[in-house]
Formats: sequence, structure tokens, C-alpha cells
Amino acid sequence: MSYITKPRVIHPKSPRNDLKLTVRDYEGGMSTLCAGCGHDSVTSAIVQAAFELNIPPHRMAKLSGIGCSSKTPAYFMRQSHGFNTVHGRMPSVATGANAANGSLKYIGVSGDGDTLSIGLGQFCHALRRNVDMLYVIENNGVYGLTKGQFSASADLGSTAKNGFANNQPPIDPCRMAISMGAGFVARSFSGDKEQLVPLLKAGLVHKGFAVIDVISPCVTFNDHEGSTKSYAYTRQHFHPAIQADYVPPSQEIVAQYNEGDAMPVEMHDGSKIILRKVDTDYDPTDRASVYAYLERHQAAGEIVTGMLYYNDSLLEMQDLSNIVEQPLSTLDYSQLCPGDDVLQSLQDRYR
Amino acid sequence: MLPGMITGPRDNDFTIRIANVNGTGSASANALLMKSFFRMGIPVAGKNYFPSNIQGLPTWYEIRVTGEGYLTRSGRVDIMLAMNAETYKKDLADVAPGGCLIYDSTWPRHKLLARDEITIIGVPLAKMCNEKFDTARSRVLMKNVAYVGVVAALLNIDMEVIRDSLNQVFAKKANLLDANQVAIDLGYNYAQENFDCPLSYTARPSDKTAGHIMIDGNTATALGCVYAGATVGAWYPITPSTSVMDAFTSFCHQYRIDEESGRHKFCIIQAEDELSAMGMVLGAGWNGARAFTPTSGPGISLMSELLGYGYFAEIPAVLIDVQRCGPSTGMPTRTQQADIMACAYASHGDTRHVLLFPANPEECFYLAVKAFDLAERLQTPVIMLTDLDIGMNDWMCRDLKWDDSYQIDRGKVLTAEDLEKMESFHRYLDVDDDAIPYRTFPGEHPKGAYFTRGSGHNMYGAYTEDSHEYLEVVDRLRRKWETAKQYVPEPVVDYAEKNRVGIISIGSCDGAVIEARDHLRGSGVGLNYLRVKAFPFTDRVQEFLDAHDRIYIIEQNRDAQLHSLLLIETRVNPEKLISLLYYDGLPISATGIVESIHADMAKGVAA
Repeated sequence: MSYITKPRVIHPKSPRNDLKLTVRDYEGGMSTLCAGCGHDSVTSAIVQAAFELNIPPHRMAKLSGIGCSSKTPAYFMRQSHGFNTVHGRMPSVATGANAANGSLKYIGVSGDGDTLSIGLGQFCHALRRNVDMLYVIENNGVYGLTKGQFSASADLGSTAKNGFANNQPPIDPCRMAISMGAGFVARSFSGDKEQLVPLLKAGLVHKGFAVIDVISPCVTFNDHEGSTKSYAYTRQHFHPAIQADYVPPSQEIVAQYNEGDAMPVEMHDGSKIILRKVDTDYDPTDRASVYAYLERHQAAGEIVTGMLYYNDSLLEMQDLSNIVEQPLSTLDYSQLCPGDDVLQSLQDRYR
Repeated sequence: MLPGMITGPRDNDFTIRIANVNGTGSASANALLMKSFFRMGIPVAGKNYFPSNIQGLPTWYEIRVTGEGYLTRSGRVDIMLAMNAETYKKDLADVAPGGCLIYDSTWPRHKLLARDEITIIGVPLAKMCNEKFDTARSRVLMKNVAYVGVVAALLNIDMEVIRDSLNQVFAKKANLLDANQVAIDLGYNYAQENFDCPLSYTARPSDKTAGHIMIDGNTATALGCVYAGATVGAWYPITPSTSVMDAFTSFCHQYRIDEESGRHKFCIIQAEDELSAMGMVLGAGWNGARAFTPTSGPGISLMSELLGYGYFAEIPAVLIDVQRCGPSTGMPTRTQQADIMACAYASHGDTRHVLLFPANPEECFYLAVKAFDLAERLQTPVIMLTDLDIGMNDWMCRDLKWDDSYQIDRGKVLTAEDLEKMESFHRYLDVDDDAIPYRTFPGEHPKGAYFTRGSGHNMYGAYTEDSHEYLEVVDRLRRKWETAKQYVPEPVVDYAEKNRVGIISIGSCDGAVIEARDHLRGSGVGLNYLRVKAFPFTDRVQEFLDAHDRIYIIEQNRDAQLHSLLLIETRVNPEKLISLLYYDGLPISATGIVESIHADMAKGVAA
């Protein structure tokens, strides 16, 4: 949908956030993805989330790998710093960027090929390091830019457009992330903005590595009958286990929740996420039971969505590495060079 | 004195080789021995030939005592300490005629394992240590320390110097100090009582090490990274580069801890592989930190895709390639200079990288600092190529010095104030006509935002598949390569000789070339010398090529990589260049160079 240039006209009555910015200020270039692509819905959800969180656009860095999903950072937040890396290596670039300056917000957008095949190792290790970033997987089970090969998230038996059935078991990024010790694991659907936007907000506020696996159908190569990542299949098998509401800092919780069904979690900046249980037996803080729940429901063909697992007790990379508060990139050289006196005395050991 | 010749009585000019078993603690005994010569004021060169193994395989350590201050291997063994029965036969054969071999006479030696033209000295090291020490481990360790005593007696090493060294090493471990002292005395006294000490070789106190240190290149490199203000180090462990990060870590813990908070003014990340290490360096460099990664050949291969990205997206990065013997895993504990081509053109597409070639640890220190300045000035990855010989062996160098008024060069970076005053900012515009654009750091200012990509982009930073826009960017990158020539260090050139024959060499070959030139000059062959310190080659390299009719290109790889690079990147007549190649994994020595040049010249005369 790239044949027209999106006009940058802002209606005088457009709602403005605390920074006096409108939603349009959080948008990016025109998408070049196929009409109806799930990724474009994710893009607009990210725009919405960043707008509502009052993030100064230039204080956010958006990174990606290679693939359809990884093109999307060009389509949101034009005033943010973008880094479209090489295939599967976004996590390491984000890790290095975060090491240099932990004071920015980091969002990484990746796909199922970029995350679960070529970039599987980097995804796992950025997660283990608990890099403070939101990692969004736009998961459609297929390689789009190379025209329709299965990805590692394709379900057993799911068929390609040419009729071939996938015979290898899928990698589930959520179960994998939970098993490896991630502190924030969620799944959503590009077609459910109501669920997705609060999850993105919570993920952006979470201190540490937040994974959101977004089922985001590919209209061109994986939206046919027989595909388990189509719009129709996803809507049919969509199973919200737990919903998350995001409440900004200093704002009262106004909605009414039934005792026992809602679990407010306070985030590091004073904001809260209210976890609303759809299944009453679900405990998003108990890793083993979450894992078992996912196993059980996914075996039954359900796509379990929502805030699947949450643990806010983990230290993120900057703290784990005991780095000074001031970003390393802004330290003055005089704070870094020990000088000649030190050099002369330290050489005694080499004489 | 050249190898092959009969060795004879000499002061401060002999080579000791210690043959041992890996993992027996011989490294500290050998270091103690070497330091003792150094502290007596006698120049030394130490070379470690160790296996890719933790314990049990043969290992050799060589100490060249060289009053003349030559820095390379002599290629000759005058005194062999044959502590490894497994390699005894080979060790015996390696001793130069007239030399001597010391062995552990605790066990009987086959009568065939002798040579008439060398002196063989048996010392019952194991027996003496078994009687003196209780535990199995200390018996093994102390046997090695005891041979230091034997050598001290045979070579007349000042025992006070050895005692001082021991005191320093074991300042906080009194029990170890005593045991070591006992062991040294065991060896020393036995030698004094049983042999005519000293041998014909003697260590005579001198004054040639004042103002010098003994340091390995990896430590010096790490120190350079600290002094350059590097804050992010990402790496994957690989021999022989690992000790760069070990040293950087230890220096940072000493000099980079914030006094008030106790927190770190650095971040060291052990990556899951070299691809990731390179990604981290690019991420950190893009975000305004000085970042680097030490690696070796296999790591360069893995980093290549991201190196091309760094070149095209113009992100500063510093790589330290401590070269080892390839291809593939090759011989990971042996030295070579075989990554020159792989680094020069690393990655697919049209890519060229700025390279630096230090010749010794002293240059590692200064060029590491330079690498960061160049990377930021030129906004591109810079690779410093050392090798295992420089990186892991202790070299005698002049004291390192630091000019406290030095300001690092961060290149063209726009601050928030700059951006505030500007109408608009575009990342890849050639504003100053030097092909280097301006960059911004994320988070500084709303006007500074731009999109970094490895896909085709135009001079404004926008995505493009337009041929003309693409050409504007890649042609500017080619012009930036020309600009780089103004900034890279000039070669070291010596036009001392009047004739039109010269040598061009690189990196750790330097010591051998200097020594070979001395020998050749002695036999009436004077050769000019140029040592390249950087790629791209500057005009001085072209001038040297133009000024000579016959040039020997000396390097440590099989495929003549420096030679090839000169052919590709200069206008030299190929007929003038003759390759002298050394690639057996051992540090280059002067011997082969002298012989090859003599042979080549004789050929010329015959023709």
C-alpha cells in the first residue's frame, strides 16, 4: 500500500498526550506490506501504546532484523531512532545499544523466522541477559519475503499454500521464554487491539526483557484453509486466559474487579498492570503451572493469549552488570582515562 | 650468531629452551627465570610454544638472552632443559653443537640418548624434590622451580635477583615463598657442588633494560582500550585473544569503578558467539559508546556479515584480531599472519576495512587508542591485527607513556545544541566534502533521529532501490576510503641504504627483519626497509615501491597476502616483488630471511 504518500496533516482537535503530541506524531512512513497484513495492525497498536505512554519519540530506539516484520519499524515513530539490523541479529545489537545507554526505551520487532530460526540463539541469550527491552514477535508461521516457506513456528499438519503439510513440530516462543526464565511473557493477536495495546504498554514499562508473541496472519502466503495461522483459524481458536489492563502511575484504579479474579501488579515506575483472570485457575506468577496450562490448552488446539507469565523480581542487564546510573555513552573522557601517573605506576609489575 | 653454527662461550647471547609437560606449573618457573635476566639488565625475548590442551601434552618455553636486544626467536637452542621424557629424543636433537642439555637424572637414561658434541648434565630433580616435599602436586611444581636454581648456578644468575622476584610474586603467600626458595636452593646447590659453574655461557649484569618493561601484546592492547575510553567490550572466548578481555576486565576493576557508588564505568559482555559480539559492538557504537571486540580468525569469519553492515551503515567499531594458525581451527596455539585478506575485504559486496598492524606490545597500546579515534573519525569498523606471538608472549618494550593533554577524536558528532540550531539533519550528507557525514546519538534531540539500515539508502538516510541514489552513497564511501589515507598511521621507513633493493614487511616480522638486516649488512648486503602499519596504504608506501627495483615482501602466511594486497591496492610492477613466506606456526626468526635473501641474490649473480 505504498503508492500514495500519507499526508502529515494533524486535525486541530486531535487528542494530545502529556507531551502535547498527537497519535500522528507517533506514526511513521507508509507501510509497504500487503493490504490486510497483520503486521500493520501491530504497528498501529505500537503507535497507540507509545502515544498513551507519553514516550518522547526521540527517547525510543526501535530495532529489527530482516523480514516483513522487521520492515515495520519504518512505519511507526518516525522521530525515533531506527536500526534495521541483519537477519536474526537484532537482539545482540539491542543488547549493545542498551549497554551503552540504558536510559532509552527499546523496542525490537522481529518475526518467527528472524526469532525462531536464524536468530534463535540471539533471542535466547538476550532473554537470559534480561536486556531491558520489549521484544515483539510478529508471528505468521511463514516466510513472506521469500514467498511462502514454512517457518519454525508452523504447526504440525498446517498446510502451505501449495498444499504441502508441515511435518516438524513448532517452536513456541512463549513456552520457550518461560522455560528460560523470562520475566514477562505474553501472547496476543494482531486482530485484537483491545488486548494487544495494554500488553504493549506493560511490556514497554516492564524493567527487563518482555516478550510478546503476536499471531499476525500473512494474508498472501498463510491465510488459506488448512493454515493454523490464518485470521479465521486464529479467531476460532483464540483463548484469552488472562487479560491485562494498564494503569499509568498516579492514576487510581477505577474499574471494578471481582476479588480473586483480578491481580494488580505494581511496576517499577509506579504504574500498575491489572491481570484479569478469564480462567480462574490461572496463576500468571507460577511458572510451572503456567507451563502446564499452556501445554494442556495448546494440545487441545487452543491459542492461549494474554499476559501469560509475569515475574518482576528479576534484575535487568544494567543492574546485573552493576553499571553506573549515567549512560556509559555520555561519560566524559576524563572519567574514563586513568592518566599517566597511573600508567607509570602500574608498569612496575612488568619490570 | 646464526643457528647451525657451533655454539661456544658467550656472555649474554644464548637461548634456553625448556621442554615440559603442559599443566605442571612450569609457566611461573619460566617467567621467574626470564624476569631474572631482565632484572639483571640483560635484554630477553620469551617465546611460548604451547599445545591446545589443559594438561598432559608437551610444551616448550624459550628464553633468548640477547645482549644486542633482538626481539625475535634465535632459531637456535644452546641450553635445553629436557624435562619431558616423551619429547627427550627430539629435544636432544635440537641442541646446537657445542650446546648443553640438562635432564632429570632421577630416572636412568638410555645410553643411546646422548650426543658427543654437546654437554649433558644430569640433575636428580624429582628425587631431591620427593625427599623434600610431601604432596604429589608440590613435588611436581617444585621440580620445575628447582631447575631455575640449576640454571641460575650454571649461568651465574644473580641469586639476589631471583630472591627479590620470588618475594614479589609471593608477597602474600609466605608458605609458598618458603617452598619455592627451598626448591631453588636445592637445584642451585646441587649444580654448584657437582659441576663446574658457570658454564661457558654466562649472564653478565648489564644496563640495557632500564626504561623498559616486559609485557605481552594482549595486556598492552587491553590497556590501550582503557586509555582510549572504551566502555563496552563484547567478546566470545577464543585463543589467542582471550587474555585481551581478561586484562581489560582486570584493569577496569582497578581503574573504572565509580568511587561513590561502587558501580562500573564499563560493561563487558561475554556473548554467545562472535556474531553476537559483533552485533553488540555495533549497537553500542551506534549508541555513542566506544566499543570493541577481541577475536581471532574464526571469529572474523563469523563477524563478517555484520562487518559489512558496519561499513555500509557507517558505524564505528574496533576489532582486535589476534591471528593464529588457520585455516579452520588450524593450530590455535600457533602464530600466523593469515587473516590480512580476510580482514581487508571482510563481508560480501564491495567492502574495505581500515586495518592497523602493530609490530610489538608497545605499538599494541598506542595503535589500540588510534583504532578508536579512527573508527569514530571515519565512522567505520577498524580492525587491529596482532598475532599470537605478539599477543601472548612477553616482549621487552620501552615504557608506555601517556600524554595527559591527549583528547580523543570522536569525529563528526552533532550535539543537542548543534541540532537545535539546525533546520534539519540528514545522516549521510557529505557536508564538508571529505566524504564523512555527520552522525547523532540516539536520545540526544528530536531532530537527530534517523533510520540506520543495511539496505539501500540514499544520502538522506531513506530506503532506496534507485540506482542513482545508491551510487551516490557507495561512491561517497569509496571517496571516504581516500580520506582515510590522511588519518591512518604512516609506515615505518628506513632509507639508510643507497641501493634500490628493499624489504617490505608487517607486524611481528619486524624483529626478525631488523636482525636479518643487521646480518646482511655485515656481509655487505644493505637493504632499505618499510614496515606497513596501516591499510589503506598511504603515498609513502607507493613512494617506497617506486624507489626500489627489487623488494622482498616478508610475511607469515602461505598465500602471500600482504604481497597480494600491495598488487591490488598500489601501482607496483609485479615483477619487482619477491615473497618470502614463513607459515609453520612458529614465530619468524632472522635465520630463514638471511638465507633466503642470500640465495636469491646468488641467483641474481649467477644469472
